[in-house]
Amino acid sequence: MRVDVIMPQMGESIQEGTLTKWIRKVGDPVKRDEPLFEISTDKVDAEIPAPAAGRLAEVKVEEGVTVPINTVVAVLETDASAALGAALSASPAPAAAPAPAAAPAAPAGAAPKPAPAAPAPAVARADATAEALRRTRSSPVVRKIAAEHGVDIASLSGSGIGGRVTRKDILAVLESGAAGRPAAAAGPMMHVPAFAPGERFERVPMTVMRRKIAEHMVMSRHTSAHVVTLFEINYAAIDRIRREHGAAFLERHGVKLTYMPFIAKAVVESLAVFPVLNASIDGGDVLYKKDINLGIAVALDWGLIVPVVKGAADLTIAGLAKAIVSLADKARNKKLAPDDVAGGTFTITNPGQFGGLFGTPIINQPQVAILGVGGIEKRPIVIDDAIAIRPMGYLALSFDHRLVDGAVADQFMADVKKRLQEFAGPVL
Amino acid sequence: MATGTYLDGIREALLEEMEADPAVFLLGEDIGLYGGAFKVTEGFLDRFGADRVVDTPIAESGIVGAAIGASLLGLRPVAEMQFIDFIACAFDQITNFAAKMRWRTGVAVPIVIRGPSGGGVRGGPFHSQNPEVYYAHTPGLKVVQPATAADAKGLLKAAIRDPDPVIYLEHKMLYRHPRLREELPGSDHVVPIGQAAVRRAGRDLSLITYGAMTLVCQDAADTLAADGVSVEVLDLRTLLPLDREAIAASVRKTGRALIVHEDTRTGGLAGEIAAILNEEVFEHLDAPIRRVTAPDTPVPYAASLEKAFLPDAERVVAAARDLLSW
Repeated sequence: MRVDVIMPQMGESIQEGTLTKWIRKVGDPVKRDEPLFEISTDKVDAEIPAPAAGRLAEVKVEEGVTVPINTVVAVLETDASAALGAALSASPAPAAAPAPAAAPAAPAGAAPKPAPAAPAPAVARADATAEALRRTRSSPVVRKIAAEHGVDIASLSGSGIGGRVTRKDILAVLESGAAGRPAAAAGPMMHVPAFAPGERFERVPMTVMRRKIAEHMVMSRHTSAHVVTLFEINYAAIDRIRREHGAAFLERHGVKLTYMPFIAKAVVESLAVFPVLNASIDGGDVLYKKDINLGIAVALDWGLIVPVVKGAADLTIAGLAKAIVSLADKARNKKLAPDDVAGGTFTITNPGQFGGLFGTPIINQPQVAILGVGGIEKRPIVIDDAIAIRPMGYLALSFDHRLVDGAVADQFMADVKKRLQEFAGPVL
Repeated sequence: MATGTYLDGIREALLEEMEADPAVFLLGEDIGLYGGAFKVTEGFLDRFGADRVVDTPIAESGIVGAAIGASLLGLRPVAEMQFIDFIACAFDQITNFAAKMRWRTGVAVPIVIRGPSGGGVRGGPFHSQNPEVYYAHTPGLKVVQPATAADAKGLLKAAIRDPDPVIYLEHKMLYRHPRLREELPGSDHVVPIGQAAVRRAGRDLSLITYGAMTLVCQDAADTLAADGVSVEVLDLRTLLPLDREAIAASVRKTGRALIVHEDTRTGGLAGEIAAILNEEVFEHLDAPIRRVTAPDTPVPYAASLEKAFLPDAERVVAAARDLLSW
């Protein structure tokens, strides 16, 4: 019996996926739930398991091709009993949400939803292949409005089927003034070609993740008024605690006690005092987020991803340590679920891990701040007019000056610094 | 003024025009002694006499041929096709003679050919058709189809007064439809040929339609209004020449077009209207142009099949919702 293998829906708003790799080949025997192929969507990369046991009879979609969700990508040839098992099991997609983008439930006459009005992480596809252009979904009137106002459609999220930007979406964005105007200024822009005639190069298409990062970084720079404030932290107190309790911590909690959970705890406590740094801008409104979902940037061999520690305010040092390690592991093993990367309200990144003194990170939209943790090393400092050697490190806060003024950012950072330098709490 | 039905509108127009102009006369099958298969011309024979209310043989080609000849001699005939389906027999007379006379000789042919079209009464394939597209395709003709009692009267007056051959399509389901009963306008009210009417103004989607489907579209618009959707219903009224401006203006405003007609799909007027929209308002479209029509089959006789054949409000609502969420 033939069983269709489909492109799963990895999240409620995701309407397509790129098949990046066939793990099994045509003719291979396949066990039920065995990883069959890898996909890449704009939220996560994932391995997709086989829905039934049998033989991979036919591959319908080649590596590198992007298809809409529910497209049949392959056919398995199963025996009767295995097929019955497949018929009884749920669809292979791990994502829970069955409904396509909220559009059918929300008729066009409803008031514009807040989500499309705020610039969301780039949804559409910006590369030049005909295939991708065809799928930069909009409509004639949307393209006309976009051209008239110099808006990049690819930077908007759409409420139409498949994430299409509808006329309502683009008009809502224009009205709220949130479109990245400088990004897409109409009129001739200077264009510098990527190579000179005769130059030697190897052309490699960007991965989906790389394209998304590229789009998001530029969009973020064009959305927020980035300012960086730099503070120097004396980590002596934390260093002492790590030396005293590190071994016991590892034994009890199974993870190393690094500086990160301390920094995360200090940030979370300071955000409670300065909630404007845990907010988002929606048109003319400020949305003060009630939960603190801490994004922790993880460097991967093939890119960058920011999994989120949900409800970080409720976690202890141990809880934070375990959550951070768990998410980093999942990220490196491509086991993150779409929910793991959604809903962040503040991000911490670690440019110091490779030795950097500090960075000037780019804000993760729609947040308004991101903390870059610089490398920690012993440096001579002055204490009570004498030279002392202490473990020092820089913390750089990039913040969105549309919402956060310099004084507030500095007060927040001073609060974080105080908590870190005077840390006395229990860790075990 | 008393209220009247769609059929009353037709009667009154004929009466008033015959009273006003002695050149106007009627010819058709069973229109005199019998008063017409649908009783449109009941009493006319007594009132106007056999010279002006002519019972003809069952010969549509002859009816139209005679009308053309009479009009060339200065009369203004209104020829009836007992069921519009029978107009097919007169196709040659209409398209090759009536339509081309002015082009060929400079002499006008001021005839009106009128008759009941449409299904929904279990009339079967020969008594239920909508033949407008054959004539809307013929340069030299005019084709109209009213959807209200007032328009039935006003458009027939316009047709009779028009110097060119006009195919005036009535819908048998609308003749005595209670929802269409209204105050009929006076004898001076003439609805211009070539002008559509916005039956219901809206912002989110345009339903472009004519004839009995106008009621279906109104019902669909009511259902969609409950969803908070504002639907515009455009009653074309004239099918040749189409009111390009009204069609374009509506879709320029709403960005979404759904064309609804009872005629079958392939080659139906919806295709022509979609082409016009593409030409005039492509830049304003927020969704593809779609259509709801009857399928490509003859009109069935069995009740269940005819119900499946005729477009209804449910199908229009489903198609509209699809477009609205596109």
